[in-house]
Amino acid sequence: MTRHTEDDGDAGDSNGTSEPNGGRERGGCGDCGCGEPTPGVPEAGRDEQPSIFVPDEGEVPDSEAASAGDVDRAADRAATDGGVESASSGTDSATGGTDSTELDPDAYDPVDVFPGGDLDLREGADSCYKCTSCDTSCPVAEVDDEFPGPKFQGPEQWRLKRKDDHDIDESITSCSNCMRCDDACPSSVPLSQMHNEARGQFVERQMEKLSVEYIRNRILANYRTSASLASKFPRTASFAMNFGPARWAMEKVMGIPKERDFPEFATETFREWWKARGGAQVENPDKRVAYFHGCYSNYNTPEVGKAMVRVYEHFGYEVMVPPQKCSGTPMFANGMLKDARRHAETNVENLVEAIGEGADVIASCTSCSMSLRQEYPELFDLHGIEDVAEHTFEALEYLRIHEDLEGELDAAGGLDDERAFAYHAPCHARNQGLSRQAVETFRDVDGVNMEDVGDSCSGISGTYGWKEEKYEKSMEIGAEMFEHMEDAEGEVGMTECPTCAMQMEHGTGYEIEHPLQLLEDTLGA
Amino acid sequence: MAITSDVLVVGGGLAAVTAAVSAAREGADVRLVSHKASTLRQASGLIDALGYVPATEPAKPLRDGPPTAGRELDPDEWPDPEGPLADPYEAIDRLPESHPYRVVGADALREGLDLFDDLAGDAYRGGHTDSNALVPTFGGAVKPTARYPAAAEAGLASDDRPMLVVGFRSLTEYDARAFAGRLEAAGVPFDVAGAEVEFAEAFRADAKITRLAKALDHDEEIDGVPAREALAKAVSPHLHDVVDGDGGVDRVERVGFPAFLGDDRGEEVRAELADRLGADVFEVPMGPPSLPGLRLEDRLFDALDAEGVRFETGNPVVGVESASDGRVEAVAVDRKGRTAPYGADAFVLATGGLVGKGLDSDREGVREPVFDLHVEQPDDRYEWFVDDAFGDQPYARFGVRPDERCRPTDADGAVEYENVFAAGGVVGGADAAREKSASGVSLATGLVAGRQAATEANQ
Repeated sequence: MTRHTEDDGDAGDSNGTSEPNGGRERGGCGDCGCGEPTPGVPEAGRDEQPSIFVPDEGEVPDSEAASAGDVDRAADRAATDGGVESASSGTDSATGGTDSTELDPDAYDPVDVFPGGDLDLREGADSCYKCTSCDTSCPVAEVDDEFPGPKFQGPEQWRLKRKDDHDIDESITSCSNCMRCDDACPSSVPLSQMHNEARGQFVERQMEKLSVEYIRNRILANYRTSASLASKFPRTASFAMNFGPARWAMEKVMGIPKERDFPEFATETFREWWKARGGAQVENPDKRVAYFHGCYSNYNTPEVGKAMVRVYEHFGYEVMVPPQKCSGTPMFANGMLKDARRHAETNVENLVEAIGEGADVIASCTSCSMSLRQEYPELFDLHGIEDVAEHTFEALEYLRIHEDLEGELDAAGGLDDERAFAYHAPCHARNQGLSRQAVETFRDVDGVNMEDVGDSCSGISGTYGWKEEKYEKSMEIGAEMFEHMEDAEGEVGMTECPTCAMQMEHGTGYEIEHPLQLLEDTLGA
Repeated sequence: MAITSDVLVVGGGLAAVTAAVSAAREGADVRLVSHKASTLRQASGLIDALGYVPATEPAKPLRDGPPTAGRELDPDEWPDPEGPLADPYEAIDRLPESHPYRVVGADALREGLDLFDDLAGDAYRGGHTDSNALVPTFGGAVKPTARYPAAAEAGLASDDRPMLVVGFRSLTEYDARAFAGRLEAAGVPFDVAGAEVEFAEAFRADAKITRLAKALDHDEEIDGVPAREALAKAVSPHLHDVVDGDGGVDRVERVGFPAFLGDDRGEEVRAELADRLGADVFEVPMGPPSLPGLRLEDRLFDALDAEGVRFETGNPVVGVESASDGRVEAVAVDRKGRTAPYGADAFVLATGGLVGKGLDSDREGVREPVFDLHVEQPDDRYEWFVDDAFGDQPYARFGVRPDERCRPTDADGAVEYENVFAAGGVVGGADAAREKSASGVSLATGLVAGRQAATEANQ
């Protein structure tokens, strides 16, 4: 893995005892406040800096201001992440580089010629040999003339940005964060990481904070906040959000397309159900999983969460449901990295605790697992974040690795009434190598007919399809999937991703299920 | 360990797919694991068997010693390669002894191509004959190839009908007039003209090839005119551009486009354009991004599905998990930072060569990173290459050395693992770029490796 440095591992493995000034901060950070370059002393190039996103202008993230009461915690964190955060109270970027134009030729590392960003992605930019595989697999470039494609947004723009006077191109907001470019790149250029960083910078520095677009994006990105509010009055909210005149007004004022139906809110959230049920029904210190349910299966489709619990209990697992916030996926996609970091802090803290109790982390939404596994360690430097990444699995994936799922399904004997499904693999499942797991798992189960509807992107990409100006494009991207779904034998759709499910339903009118629900049915769990 | 199969194929290109299908047809339960999206999408979509037999020795005897960089060999001292070959099979005996075709035999190539014909179906042509076809490529060269997409059929260089090739200002890598000039210079038996037309100008200057293909697939309106009609209108003023040897003007009978005529509905797009233009329409295969490659990838992965092969892309195989007495029991698959064991009775390594990253190199040496197999190479780095860029480069033949069952061997020629087989670019001994043999080597070795792996697994 080229994108992680050894230092990342250190940060992840340290359990509160790592040296706050562990060598890497000593050298070469120029004017960032963590020490002047020492002539003659070899410096770590920025290639060796940890990946991190910290807000610019030396601000402390909102959350910390808000939760400033918890001073100990903040201090503790500053200590365990190698002091990087405390560095952010300096002047500019935390990890490196320098904006100084007067470099002492005897004392600078060649990479310091480029003023640094928050992440060091030079190695990634250098690995790109312009084969355009990424552009060819980009679903947005396929329908949007104005979108210059992942190669420009990633390595090319990264180079342009090395000079102070280059703004980030506005087109970065058209990237839907499907991450297909990552999967396509034969050189393992960290494209999505570059996009996330550029988007974060664009939003932070160039976007008008009072613009309708910013406010709209922020509301969309913080779906958890709206959902948590709406779930207090689920029926009213479901009605009001889809009330015609209200939707017309939302399109006009907020740029939220009136064609879309807001998802219904469950009358009992997953967490309410979990509490009412009395938590875990199986206790097993040797087989524990911590369920990261994400927002959608909590507020909208608790039946997915329930299926997860029942299936795992069927296999004898003790399920834990730690406190959690949004995984951050919609925030990355909208450049709201501060918001994402705030949520990540809560998630990492609680998941690390669960891991300490012997649990692996299980997600039923592939964007959530993608976020915990890849984007977190790429973008943030929090204590335990690598631990969380290494211990996270998608729900079906975990069972396939650790249980004899095939044997169990065989023994269960299949379904009594034949059911046919049109399965769509979400982009974020593809990137984890999971695009075929549902098809394979159910291939030999009696009474189940599972058809893969092909490799088209569904087009909704989380919040992307929820923007009025992107709605048409999102439907164009999805057109191929709709056609293939209609050609498929099944009249029920299946996917792991909640927003893909919305798009599938929107484009075909099919009811959509999650593979865990089918697993629950076939196992009789 | 829950993830097991009879045969595990590592890789996602032509060799991997061939090995997986051949093993599955022998009755094995097969799984294919590929790190990235298939490299087929960078491939031209042409299936070459053997186009040339290049010289392996300079015409004049060299001074004593190895062919090192310091020898300043004059490129002209190399004899011209033999070819283009009409029949790839008859030339196999003249290849070096260590060439994969010599190792696995000409029949493996024949059967590999038969298997390809079966999988590709009506999307490909050329299966009716042993002879190579001559297909123009976008650099203006004419390439001897064994199988070609149906979309390229009307463009064959052996056909003597007058030809128009169309280019677009915004597609800078494809210059139609230069293309036509080079074809004429190559002595093709027909008159040809190139014309640059306005159509792609309706898109942004650097619009992606996939964007153009999608617009044609869906017949999107371009400034109020459906895309296919707009393209035909742009081309039709040039239908009489061809001037024959006597100065007369011919109406062209076939029109060539860069390969972006639709993706899912390519056939429909070509048919409609042909209808509107009153001439056959064909595509000129291009380098990446390559729609012919993408279409082939789709077709072959559909075939995998139909054969019951399990496959996953997105996670790399990073090493051997457990091995004992000359056999590998499981390999380690990196799943986003954590490795999971994938067990199998037999393994096929089809990870590609230096470009596909099935071989890894630095200043110290060239390695095979998954099983750490022996890769034959001179110890001295300066003997990896010769000065003449088009000469017989030793590095081009680097790779694992298989026995006749495609099992990689060590430095002494002994089999490394009884149940590991290798296929495609990771296999050394061929200079695929000079020979035009990459696909054929993948098909021949993929077929043998897949079958042998299935045999090994069934024991």
